[in-house]
Amino acid sequence: MPTLTDSGVTSPAPSEAPKARARRPLRGNPTANFWLFTGPFMIGLAIFVYLPIGWSLWLSFFDARFTVTPSEFIGFDNYRYMLTDDGFTGSLVTFTVFAAFIVPTTWALALGLALMVNRLRFMRAFFRSVFFLPTAVSYVAASLIWKMSIFSGVRFGLMNTVLGWFGVDGIAWLAGPEPPWYWLVIVTVRLWLQAGFFMILFLAALQNIPQELYEAAAIDGAKPGWQTFRYITLPQLRATSTAVVLLLLVQAYQAFDEFYNLLSRTTWGRPPLVELYETALGENQDYGAGSAGAMILTLLICVVTLLQGRFMGFGRGEEAK
Amino acid sequence: MPAMSNSNWDRRTVLRAAMGLTAAGGLAACGGNTGRNGGGSGDALVQYFHAYGEAGTEQAVKRYAKAYDKADVATQWITGDNFENKLFSALLTDKAPDLFEFHPQIQLVHSGQVADLTDIVEPVKDDFNQADIASHTVDGKIYGVRMIDDPQFFFYRKSLFDKAGVGVPATLDELVEAAARLTTDKVKGVFLGNELHAIIRPMIWAAGADTLDDRNRIAYHTDGVKEGLVTLRRLFTSGDLLLGAPADFWDPSALNQGLCAMQWCGMWAMPQMQEALGDDLGIFPFPKVTGDGKPAVYNGGWSMFVNAKGKNVDAAKEYVKWLWIDQKEYQEDWATSYGFHIPPRTSIAESADKLKSGLPGEGVRLFNEFGHFDNIGFTQAMIDATEDVIADCVRQDGDPEAALDKCDRKVDRELEKLFG
Repeated sequence: MPTLTDSGVTSPAPSEAPKARARRPLRGNPTANFWLFTGPFMIGLAIFVYLPIGWSLWLSFFDARFTVTPSEFIGFDNYRYMLTDDGFTGSLVTFTVFAAFIVPTTWALALGLALMVNRLRFMRAFFRSVFFLPTAVSYVAASLIWKMSIFSGVRFGLMNTVLGWFGVDGIAWLAGPEPPWYWLVIVTVRLWLQAGFFMILFLAALQNIPQELYEAAAIDGAKPGWQTFRYITLPQLRATSTAVVLLLLVQAYQAFDEFYNLLSRTTWGRPPLVELYETALGENQDYGAGSAGAMILTLLICVVTLLQGRFMGFGRGEEAK
Repeated sequence: MPAMSNSNWDRRTVLRAAMGLTAAGGLAACGGNTGRNGGGSGDALVQYFHAYGEAGTEQAVKRYAKAYDKADVATQWITGDNFENKLFSALLTDKAPDLFEFHPQIQLVHSGQVADLTDIVEPVKDDFNQADIASHTVDGKIYGVRMIDDPQFFFYRKSLFDKAGVGVPATLDELVEAAARLTTDKVKGVFLGNELHAIIRPMIWAAGADTLDDRNRIAYHTDGVKEGLVTLRRLFTSGDLLLGAPADFWDPSALNQGLCAMQWCGMWAMPQMQEALGDDLGIFPFPKVTGDGKPAVYNGGWSMFVNAKGKNVDAAKEYVKWLWIDQKEYQEDWATSYGFHIPPRTSIAESADKLKSGLPGEGVRLFNEFGHFDNIGFTQAMIDATEDVIADCVRQDGDPEAALDKCDRKVDRELEKLFG
């Protein structure tokens, strides 16, 4: 649109002010303009995204140990290794478990907080800030606090002190997977960090629900509380909920920081990114196998995204109308 | 509307604080120096050291470097507990250090990463601990200069042992039993590090096995090792093992702060422990696991390597020769003035008075009598695989046989690549 109005304004200009040293309108040829605007971004994209992906694809067919410029071609060996490696296949299970925990709990907690804050008559801004603030904390810093002070295994760790008041023995939360206390640590740290952000999204959506709907419902005899929530609030939040769930899934897929910092030298609780990091950049320095794993993961993400688009109709909304 | 103004003030302050923090972060990032500071005398060299825990170590390394007049040596002091990762990834880039400290590992030799230092070590070869020479030699060439030997063994509080009426354990079973009797409301019996990874190799040796045999084949997969793993699992679940401590095994604080009665640690921490506990301190090797096993001590340590792919190989070699071959005074300072380490040079070890008597003398005896040195063929990836065994069947209720099989697959893959 802007280009149209632009040309409309500039074309009569010469007749009105012929001698004004008008700046040459930035018109030129549209192709050049296109490249001028998108060029820098495209170059960045090529260098920082496509080149590494291509390089990774190339590496995945080589025996690349302690080098990123390998010479020994080994075909699909790296792929075979990764697909039969318990660590890598296990990491996909870990991710699924993690997503199954974190997505619904964050969704519910964020919605709950939003509903509470929304009903507040006073100090609303204060509570909104309080709940939102953890979003600004780094995952690494929060993980260290969780690991070293709250869920420390020694008797004077915060949680163990609390347990001690009830005469319960201290627990080494992160030492082993049985019972899987480490999930408690991982899920709570992420909940604390994320819930506030999604609460803000829900809060915005809640404030967008027209008040008339509630009034009409009240006239029709809907009881305030669960009934109104179930039949008015929740359906009105559908778009936000979908977006929140998708964002949460994406973030769960990207999980790295807290797993890396909370669990060291484990063979459990390793999501795909940690597993690939350890393979390629850890002490093994196996860039070939790591790249093969990354390729498999990329393929999986592509398939999941396509399927999701198909079933949820995401991005099809406009045409459907 | 006091709430209103309140909230405005609140938000603005928060924003300002956030911006301040961001700016500070940005500035801090600018400060990050690559270690190359151009001008200065002669070549500019960069060396990597992992962060030693003892006070004064960083200053000492920098002081030695400053005293060298033929090149400008900058030191990168790598903090955090993953020195290996940082070193290995740095070596792939053109910001790679010219020289670095590490342990002898054959993959670095095979990939042409470390330079042959035979010509600088050869003239003084006889003055080195021969085990250290052997662990740095591949096909007759010597690839690193040992700076310090660090034996690792158990430290214990004598007073707590007396109070509980337990003696120094001679077998792993006795250690588990002692841990049970030493555990009280406040004190756990024993600390093996938060992840227990440091004791896997000592346990293998104490079970009468080894990491690899003379012909570089797997030698750790024995019944004795399995027995040891089962015993360790029993200890792990007994509640007598200190877990989730604030600092790991290499730091003396668990013992010093009275969190445990015994701790696996290294001789480097001995001065700090003696300062905190005085005479209430004893040491013993990893007790034997089976009848035909033998107590074991892990003789770890650090060596200097020259990056063969760096730009200043000759200058770096010269610096290594100057400091770690010629400057005996600095070598002794490095080994005995901060933490206690055993000097790999026989002549220095003999003159180091601090290590002659008392507990340090006892440490030297354990080092000589029960010590096992690094095997250059047992690489980081293999060490990782054995550490996973601990994770799989000690920290987790897995089958030791299955865990060792899994380890075998990984180690075999490495051996295949290294030795064909």
